Amino acid sequence: MHVTHLSLADFRSYARVEVPLDPGVTAFVGPNGQGKTNLVEAVGYLATLGSHRVSSDAPLVRMGAERAVIRAQVRQGERQQLIELELNPGRANRARVNRSSQVKPRDVLGIVRTVLFAPEDLALVKGDPGERRRFLDELITARSPRMAGVRSDYDRVLKQRNTLLKSAALARRHGGRTMDLSTLDVWDQHLARAGAELLAQRLDLIASVQPLADKAYEQLAPGGGPVALEYKPSAPGEAHTREDLYEQLMAALAEARKQEIERGVTLVGPHRDDLLLKLGSLPAKGYASHGESWSYALALRLASFDLLRAEGNEPVLVLDDVFAELDARRRERLAELVAPGEQVLVTAAVDDDVPHVLAGARFTVAEGTVERV
Amino acid sequence: MYEGVVQDLIDELGRLPGVGPKSAQRIAFHILQAEPVDVRRLAQALMEVKAKVRFCATCGNVAQEEQCNICRDTRRDPSVICVVEEPKDVVAIERTREFRGRYHVLGGAISPIDGVGPDDLRIRELLARLADGSVTELILATDPNLEGEATATYLARMIKPMGLKVTRLASGLPVGGDLEYADEVTLGRAFEGRRLLDV
Repeated sequence: MHVTHLSLADFRSYARVEVPLDPGVTAFVGPNGQGKTNLVEAVGYLATLGSHRVSSDAPLVRMGAERAVIRAQVRQGERQQLIELELNPGRANRARVNRSSQVKPRDVLGIVRTVLFAPEDLALVKGDPGERRRFLDELITARSPRMAGVRSDYDRVLKQRNTLLKSAALARRHGGRTMDLSTLDVWDQHLARAGAELLAQRLDLIASVQPLADKAYEQLAPGGGPVALEYKPSAPGEAHTREDLYEQLMAALAEARKQEIERGVTLVGPHRDDLLLKLGSLPAKGYASHGESWSYALALRLASFDLLRAEGNEPVLVLDDVFAELDARRRERLAELVAPGEQVLVTAAVDDDVPHVLAGARFTVAEGTVERV
Repeated sequence: MYEGVVQDLIDELGRLPGVGPKSAQRIAFHILQAEPVDVRRLAQALMEVKAKVRFCATCGNVAQEEQCNICRDTRRDPSVICVVEEPKDVVAIERTREFRGRYHVLGGAISPIDGVGPDDLRIRELLARLADGSVTELILATDPNLEGEATATYLARMIKPMGLKVTRLASGLPVGGDLEYADEVTLGRAFEGRRLLDV
């Protein structure tokens, strides 16, 4: 799958820009702050309906404009599709596929798939559990777009349940009257149902990614591994199937109930889990060097690429300003590993940051204009 | 911003469901240009609906008297009650002409975010209606979204021990549509709710 044309209107710094793209490698080169990342950010948005840099849509709309539009021609084998997304901060976004407006933005998921490498990736290894959960969940959605619905259901149940717990906690503190908690049982069921589905997918994903990540790490840093991924659930147990995970979550919720009511927050569920990244016998976080952490983060992204490719969904590879962060050896290895991708989009501040293996089309980006060299 | 009363009107209209700032402005200017009689009729309809319409003492549907038309209609089957969230759901089901029982309007769905708990819905009234044992089936027709499902689960858990039949409306494929256009969630639900084909 690759993007043959990208067009943006009032997106970030661009009032309007048209970028024709080819398969293979394309590099966007230009000084910082000129809008290179904005281009690949737009491609990433089509794949995840979110930005890798900010959590809300508002910063994506050009200052003074009301809405932003991302439009992309996508080619999958012989099939051409035109995707249009209109970003309306504060209101519902709108989507069109092949000029038909009978689609919801979520239906766009799965047409464009990306694997994005960015300086922010270091947080996968060094950052909070939330970074690793997001990594898992975005990859799950790329594999199976349906899961976007399950994720948003889960988030909604969680919000409802937390609100209920919070008011129960408040009622306890003021006047000591106990609240009617009969509805909590209902939310437990719904939380466990959506949670079990998400958990089953995460466990399945980790089992598939593990060997690929180990292989990628060996290629990036020979002899430095092995790499092991270990899921750390907040609901203890060994369950793997959806039914068993449901029971496991229900049991853990029952166990935690008293504490949850005291603290007014849901303490059990996929939103409290973590993925332990081990290098050798030690956790990477806190033990791995800066260079090792980088290799680990890259290995996870490369494993995502291998996984999607093996499942028949060749993703677009996006390398946003990563080469400047790496030493010469890792830079060359990474370049060799991504070079065979069907489409590889690279951004770099200077020409020299783009490894020679990745020779291809080149655009210069300056003051909001994008020109092919 | 417009001058005083015009802006007040736009603000009031903008508070109505489904009306954004642009539509509010359009409606306001439509009213400004309309004939005084037409505007008076609109104003009167608004006042009257508040003064005359009340809620059925039995089922909570909109009514002009103590009870709504459906609750007063003796031809309706008193042994089946269909539970819905809003009076507009009653209208929707009535349009099908398939249901001959009576209704119970909850007045919303359980949603802690919106501050709605079981006590804020007409659940106590529903239990009172079930107390004398004349009702044999309860159809849960709350919306097929998260809050509607939670409300249905809550009611089912509460009522099942009373020994009457509790059913939930089926979710699934739209009639006359194409299978390929159904989204995965709907299609998944349709699979879960598949039934034996009697031939």
